[in-house]
Amino acid sequence: MPDLSIDFAGIKAPNPFWLASAPPTNSGYQVMKAFDAGWGGAVWKTLGVPVVNVSSRYGGVNYRDKRLVGFNNIELISDRPLADNLREIEEVKKRFPNHAVIASLMVQSRQEWHDIVRASQDAGADGLELNFGCPHGMCERGMGSAVGQEPRVLQMITEWVMEVAKVPVIVKLTPNISDITEPAQAARRAGADAISLINTIQSIVGVDIDQFAPYPIVDGQGTNGGYCGPAVKPIALNMLKNCAQHPDVRLPISGIGGIENWRDAVEHILLGASSVQICTAAMHFGFGIIRELTSGLEEYMLDKGFNTIYDFVGKALPNVRHWEDLNMKYKVTAHIHEEKCIGCQLCYTACEDGAHQAIKLNAGTRVPEIIEENCVGCNLCSLVCPVEECITMDRTDDGTQHLTWKQRTEAGTAPTEFNDEKAGGRHHWVPEPAAALGKERHKTLPGRARVISGETEVPAV
Amino acid sequence: MAEFSTPTTEHEFAENFAQLKPLMNRTEALYESARCLFCFDAPCIQACPSGIDIPQFIRQINSGNDTGAARTIYAANYFGNACGKVCPTEVLCEGACVYNLQEVKPIEIGRLQSYATTKAIQENKKLFAPGADNGRRVAIIGAGPAGISCACELRSLGYEVDVFEAQAQPSGLTVYGVAPYKITNEETLAEMAYLQAQLGYSVQYNSPISSREQLAELEAQYDAIFLGIGLGETNELGLPGEDKINCTGAVEFIAELRQRHHEIKVGRRVIVLGGGNTAMDAASESARLGAEDVVLAYRRGKEEMGAYEFEYDLAKGVGVKGLFNVAPLEIVGEDYVTGVRFIRTETAGGRVREIAGSEFELPCDMVIKATGQAKRAGFMSLIPGLETDGKGRIVADAVTGQTTNPKYFASGDARNGGAEVVNATAEAKLAARGIHAFLSK
Repeated sequence: MPDLSIDFAGIKAPNPFWLASAPPTNSGYQVMKAFDAGWGGAVWKTLGVPVVNVSSRYGGVNYRDKRLVGFNNIELISDRPLADNLREIEEVKKRFPNHAVIASLMVQSRQEWHDIVRASQDAGADGLELNFGCPHGMCERGMGSAVGQEPRVLQMITEWVMEVAKVPVIVKLTPNISDITEPAQAARRAGADAISLINTIQSIVGVDIDQFAPYPIVDGQGTNGGYCGPAVKPIALNMLKNCAQHPDVRLPISGIGGIENWRDAVEHILLGASSVQICTAAMHFGFGIIRELTSGLEEYMLDKGFNTIYDFVGKALPNVRHWEDLNMKYKVTAHIHEEKCIGCQLCYTACEDGAHQAIKLNAGTRVPEIIEENCVGCNLCSLVCPVEECITMDRTDDGTQHLTWKQRTEAGTAPTEFNDEKAGGRHHWVPEPAAALGKERHKTLPGRARVISGETEVPAV
Repeated sequence: MAEFSTPTTEHEFAENFAQLKPLMNRTEALYESARCLFCFDAPCIQACPSGIDIPQFIRQINSGNDTGAARTIYAANYFGNACGKVCPTEVLCEGACVYNLQEVKPIEIGRLQSYATTKAIQENKKLFAPGADNGRRVAIIGAGPAGISCACELRSLGYEVDVFEAQAQPSGLTVYGVAPYKITNEETLAEMAYLQAQLGYSVQYNSPISSREQLAELEAQYDAIFLGIGLGETNELGLPGEDKINCTGAVEFIAELRQRHHEIKVGRRVIVLGGGNTAMDAASESARLGAEDVVLAYRRGKEEMGAYEFEYDLAKGVGVKGLFNVAPLEIVGEDYVTGVRFIRTETAGGRVREIAGSEFELPCDMVIKATGQAKRAGFMSLIPGLETDGKGRIVADAVTGQTTNPKYFASGDARNGGAEVVNATAEAKLAARGIHAFLSK
């Protein structure tokens, strides 16, 4: 079996799956239970001056019948006395010496930072994670994302920490910023050993349309929270890539954001993460998901011939380019595999209304037909098709040519004027606007329904 | 020991006749509605005789707009709740669901439809209102799916409507003819009460129209007359012994069953004659009433039966045995039925031929004839100029439902020869609009 163990900036763990600093790591009981189940590490719920929380703390985004595709919280850092947390960290480390226990920290003054760093180290924490990300509550008090949004402040506080830190220091970044590489570079300048990202995204997860208040509702009112869960993965992956590719960051990255299964974790790793942190999925399904995570990762690594995580950390990064570097001579065209088509015609209506009118319907069959000369290869039909492999996007150029926007710009073959003949869609066929009127009324509500509903008058006798 | 023990209480009856399409709860409706693909030019709508905008109402359920879903359903079909339960969805909307082509279970459209409409009925949502009074009056004969649907549509167009019904309850075969495991009397009558309360047509029960004088009075008092008269009694077979005790028609048997439930008696050994959907129902019902042995005897081969395959499967599922290529010759017995004498048949070139010398007797203590219903020819002859076709069906305009007597319009079984509730309700809605067009000239 492949070796899942990691050495993340000096923090060793039997596998790359860590619980993120959050409710699942609120106590020694939970962390022990997680390690017992197979988790490789845990970032303790943020230590600081204990808080007082409100009741009603989480909100969810459901999609159709799926619960919690998005999740947010307005809970603050640990509300337990520091001594209790430290004693339990010590106990966990004694029982699990080879697992990673990282203390997440958030305090204000230099003295407080020095004190809590020392106390955490003394308790046996393998590393420290500086919480510069929390986007609700704590930031109103000048901590959390209020720090992460100010690279100079972040750098200063990180330097305070580095003055006394004897274990690796991870700076946790907030996504609530235009360019996440700026705080990442500040962390590096301050001497941090690693960064982790993303923390939660400032959010209103939904509005109760009867009570006229945002979720989660606290006595008829609410506040913005921090958004996480499967829905945030795309945002996390992009920010991860930005940091991993930046020449002035060059720090190990712990990837966080929307990881629920092994595939999500592999995606984070391929974009540069060398450990991953998980919270929402554990809050939703419990610690038992670790079995699927490790199993899936092992099978993937076996399949690809990877022996260690480091064989594929950042492996997709060279293929993430600027738009101007993409090959404009590459061409794919939709192909409907008729024998698989079930005739839902979602591809037709999607292309007709949402893309380039490159699919048509023919009498006597429900299988739509691609109008190849109109297909721009946008993928939409293949994305909406409910049948696996029914619509494939097949390459139609011969693969011999390569031309990027950058090259076109340099060569002077890019359009530069409003009515430039070189416009990409210049010779692309579009129907006359008025051809749209009434075109599909009989299809979106078939004839009989239209007659019965009274829209079409029954002819007088 | 039979599959079912004979029910002796209402509770036991309800267990034996458990609903095939039980009411969904909100969670189930959410899960099921989430599966709908929202097809373009959806085949399910095309397959629905009443043209319900199915993807629309499913999407409404999924987004928590259950009342809007009920509104969508009722806009097309006044028997929206009943149809969700009694429609042969397997061969209509659900049979057309594109998931079938992927060998994925089709969306349970019928149950979703019942879910939304039941909720509207239970919460007494106001979905209908009569139109502004236009001063004209229409008489409707028959409070079945056709008559009630026509009444509803005419009320919404501003007509005063009086319905005359021979029986004591509305909805016709929905409450007198459909198998009890498809819909309960309470559900059927709740929808009828819901419609009547909001649309305000009058119904006179136990008021058969059976004489020329009565018709003449209606003709004088009303601007138009709608015939939703359905079909008559079970056809006579013309066999010796047909008058013996415990030899009954399926329609009559089911009507009694629907009204008296466990209080009706079924034989221990029952032979059902016929191969249509009513035969399947009668056979299933006999088994669920505790009959030890139920034989479905059909004069042609299994594959030639008129019944839907799923209906035969239902009957088989409760222990009914099929006996094919047998024709009854005589109902045997003294006062009571003791058996049926059959002769074996073979089908050649589409024709059934009896095999000489193959006679045999099958003992039983009850015979149920599910051999089709007679047309109400006697009644129809009372209406001047009313033409019927070669099969005794009322001739009417395909869209407007107007008969060959311009004052009379017709829909439902009397016109289509016997079809589903959904066909009757859809035709009648159109006929109401036909009446409106005719009287608006």
